[in-house]
Amino acid sequence: MTTAPASPPRRPEAPPALATPMARQIREAPTLRGMLTRAPAPVKVAGALAGLLFFAANAAIGYLVIDGRLDGHWYDFRDLGVAVGELRVWLDDRGLGPWLSYWVTALIGAVGILSFVGGVLLIGTWIERRLLAKFQIRRGPNRVGPFGLLQPLADAIKLVQKEVLIPRGADRILFYLPPVLVFIPAMLAWGPVPWAPTMSYLDINVGLVYVIAISSLSVLAIFIAGWSSNNHYALLGAMRTVAMMISYEIPVSISLLSVALFTGSLKLSAIVGWQSDHTMWLGLIMPFALFTFFFSSTAEINRTPNDIAEAESEIVAGFHTEYSGMKAGLFLAVELGNALLIGALAATFFLGGYTFFGLEQWIPPYLILAVKISAVYFLFVWLRGTLPRFRLDQLMGYAWKFLIPLSIAFMGVSAVEASILARVDLPGLLLIVLVVNAALTVVFVRLWARVVGYEAPRDEVTMPALTTSVGGLRAAQRLRGGAS
Amino acid sequence: MPAGPTQLSGRRVAAALAAALPSAVVAEHDEWVEVRPERIVDALRWLHDAPDFDAAQLSNCCGVDRHDRFEVVYHLQSLDLNQQIVVKTTVADHERPSLPSAYAVYKGALLQEREIYDLMGIQFAGHPDLRRLFLWEGFPGYPLRKDFLGLGDTTPGLARFPFENKAQPDRIINPGLRPATPDPASQEAPPGWRGDARA
Amino acid sequence: MTTSSEPYVLNIGPQHPSTHGVFRLRVAMDGETIVDMDMIVGYLHRSMEKLAEERTYTQNIPFTDRADYLAAMSGNLGLCLAVERLAGVEVPERADYLRVIFAELQRIASHAMANGTLVSDAGAWQTPLLYMFREREKILDLFEMTCGARLTTNYMRIGGVAFEPPPEFWPALRELVDELPDRIDEYAELLTDNEIFLARTRGVGVISAEDAINGSLTGPALRGSGVPWDLRKAEPYAVYDRLDFEIPVGRRGDVYDRFMVRLEETKQSTRLIRQAMAEIPEGPHKTQIPLALRPEPGEVYGRVESPRGELGYYLVSDGSPAPYRFHIRAPSLINLSLLRALAIGSPLPDAVVTLGSIDIVVGEIDR
Repeated sequence: MTTAPASPPRRPEAPPALATPMARQIREAPTLRGMLTRAPAPVKVAGALAGLLFFAANAAIGYLVIDGRLDGHWYDFRDLGVAVGELRVWLDDRGLGPWLSYWVTALIGAVGILSFVGGVLLIGTWIERRLLAKFQIRRGPNRVGPFGLLQPLADAIKLVQKEVLIPRGADRILFYLPPVLVFIPAMLAWGPVPWAPTMSYLDINVGLVYVIAISSLSVLAIFIAGWSSNNHYALLGAMRTVAMMISYEIPVSISLLSVALFTGSLKLSAIVGWQSDHTMWLGLIMPFALFTFFFSSTAEINRTPNDIAEAESEIVAGFHTEYSGMKAGLFLAVELGNALLIGALAATFFLGGYTFFGLEQWIPPYLILAVKISAVYFLFVWLRGTLPRFRLDQLMGYAWKFLIPLSIAFMGVSAVEASILARVDLPGLLLIVLVVNAALTVVFVRLWARVVGYEAPRDEVTMPALTTSVGGLRAAQRLRGGAS
Repeated sequence: MPAGPTQLSGRRVAAALAAALPSAVVAEHDEWVEVRPERIVDALRWLHDAPDFDAAQLSNCCGVDRHDRFEVVYHLQSLDLNQQIVVKTTVADHERPSLPSAYAVYKGALLQEREIYDLMGIQFAGHPDLRRLFLWEGFPGYPLRKDFLGLGDTTPGLARFPFENKAQPDRIINPGLRPATPDPASQEAPPGWRGDARA
Repeated sequence: MTTSSEPYVLNIGPQHPSTHGVFRLRVAMDGETIVDMDMIVGYLHRSMEKLAEERTYTQNIPFTDRADYLAAMSGNLGLCLAVERLAGVEVPERADYLRVIFAELQRIASHAMANGTLVSDAGAWQTPLLYMFREREKILDLFEMTCGARLTTNYMRIGGVAFEPPPEFWPALRELVDELPDRIDEYAELLTDNEIFLARTRGVGVISAEDAINGSLTGPALRGSGVPWDLRKAEPYAVYDRLDFEIPVGRRGDVYDRFMVRLEETKQSTRLIRQAMAEIPEGPHKTQIPLALRPEPGEVYGRVESPRGELGYYLVSDGSPAPYRFHIRAPSLINLSLLRALAIGSPLPDAVVTLGSIDIVVGEIDR
């Protein structure tokens, strides 16, 4: 029979008191994982039960889906468009006029989009700040509410209660317009985005062109903001922005044109449908178009590495220097909203939209799309936390000399491939196209970069020389002569 | 004597300077050589060009107010030969002191001479942009001068060490001195400022 | 029809996210290019040199903290060396080693700040700055442990250092020195091959070696232009002649070279600290100087290699307890002599990055 140990096994001795205050602070700071592991037992039991319930609910839903009980009914929560369609039919049957159903469903959709975008803006601010802080080894906001979740609300309240300042010499009417003018396209462009097979607010058959056109309206708003501020910084920022946004509209359009060529349609839901029919994402088939779209969009929405319009370290805040209070709040909100919008568009055009190789019949498609939007947004924040920013002339040179010619070349390649795909009917043709495109991307990019002069000479020594003897000009010449 | 470890003997420098530029040297000392104010730029240029001295860099250029005259000290540095030369000049006029500017020889004298002008009032002839550096245009007087009074009309200096002989005053109160007259030549922008196209 | 354009004046005012302190630039610009540039300083002028004339030498040591507030140890060290030479005071060996350790720690902290703010000026949203601040925080904690203050340390005294570091200082220093080389390699890896950083800093703000020497440039700016000049090797003070380190020298004199020189110097500083920690002897940490220190009438120019360049103190003594003339040769001010020539003709972002690479501290400029 084994004897029990003399004393119960103790927890390992805590390490000796750390010398520096910072080390102590780091060790004793509260973390989420620490809180969860040290939660009292009843809390853990409740959490486990909640998890089990969640799985049970999912199993039940899975059964319903397999059984086909949900398809076509208004309570099919996977596709709210079905419910809205049933509502429209019901309203039409009431006979109160043909316009009632249209207005009611339009209102429902608009309120839905606005509340979704507004809600995501609130949580998006929090995500951005906490995520950026994670990249920068610090905590983000963690004081206002649990884990700082009420920080965006506090910011909004603070901005709203600020004094409304109009700089002296600023054009009064033109000064009020830009925050509104920049918010409108940011909202309108969410229209055509398809969330589920029948859940798209504005599924027009020129959806792609509509999106491009709407997003170019914000250029005007930014320039009005810079001009009406009566401030050199603002004007400088506005001019830089206009130059940059106009330059980067073209690569965006050309890359989306490649998409349209392949799918044969400008309708966003048809593009998503093509990707789901061929079980292949357009981003895999045309990686250069995806990269061009993504990079040019950072220029369109003034995010790092292309945020010279509001290069904080040079011109304070660029075109929105003079804006304070909720007007500035609107500009910042729109920057965030635009980032999410680009996420939605990139997901729709290149990443398969609401589909995920068949998963969309189990999980509501709008959730899949939300995950994709978050992934692209994460990429935006990651770039912001990591990269320095380009200078304006470097940016413009990159757009005109590099992106546009290459985009045109790839559009030509896509046109040829699209016509081949339309005529020939081989089973693995799409995979062949993917491999060919990948190879061509590598080849063209390397070639063109060398032609344009972007290849950094790798043999040039960049490290400083180390020496132990001091001297002046003669020693400098000796060092330089000896090195080269 | 507290000379730097690489500081050249003033007598050697004085001998070489006297040989090259006669009548420039006024006095010599173990650590420094004193040069006539009108010939200071020539002396600096000669020291800059001479291969034995190779004074390539102006380490420090500083003014000292000696109550009845001003002294300007130039610490020159040769990087290749690793030696340091100290050159001084005395400006006798205490009311309107003036020196030729060393900017012709050393570009590094640009801001140092502006500082001396700002705080001591020595005009440097030939300086491209002689304006006040720290104080605003129109400031009355030159603060580092010994006759520029501090708070409570105290002149600079400490007469006794703190905690020693408390019967003696530690600060010198001398209300007899009056501050200098405001500086007439003050400019807002550097000469030739290309900011106004109309100017 | 003739078109004409007028340059407009942009005031990069005393309050600005990227001027390092209260420093004002009036820039006349034609489009994006700078046509003329005027620098206005004096917002932080505290008349230290005048105030020092009625305080004793020891009472003047805190002034040097506040002149270059990012390299307080170096400022203290310079003044103490100058007064020791003037008054003929011997410093015990342990104090010399401690001075080297603290001066090099201060160099690492200051270069972390300088490089971090340079990359922030280039647009990297403070991420590299905050990474480098990890080490700086630990160094400042070490300072606080020893002398009670993080920034304005007032630690060196005439004849040695003020306090013996407490026993918990040495393990913490050992830990820091062990992990620093990896951290510095991490920063180097993040930034030296970053295309955007290279595009922003290569070929920008090039200063040739002749211009640098003639413009009285010193410190990493001079070494970035290819001139191997470091006062720790040329005119060794404390125990630098017994320790073994190298000076990094750049090749082209652009912003990138100055950045790399500072990065390399932090590595060399780590090496110096490790050697000093190994060789430090036991002994007193300062000599007892007479309380009423009245140096012989005379003058001295004592200088140290601060993180910004040659920090010199020109002291004239007339036999009284206070200096007759107390002049700080501020490297930040003198390194700015070439700024105007560099800025004219370049676009504004380049001028901002160049200013960041010269690494100024306005407290030292204005005194």
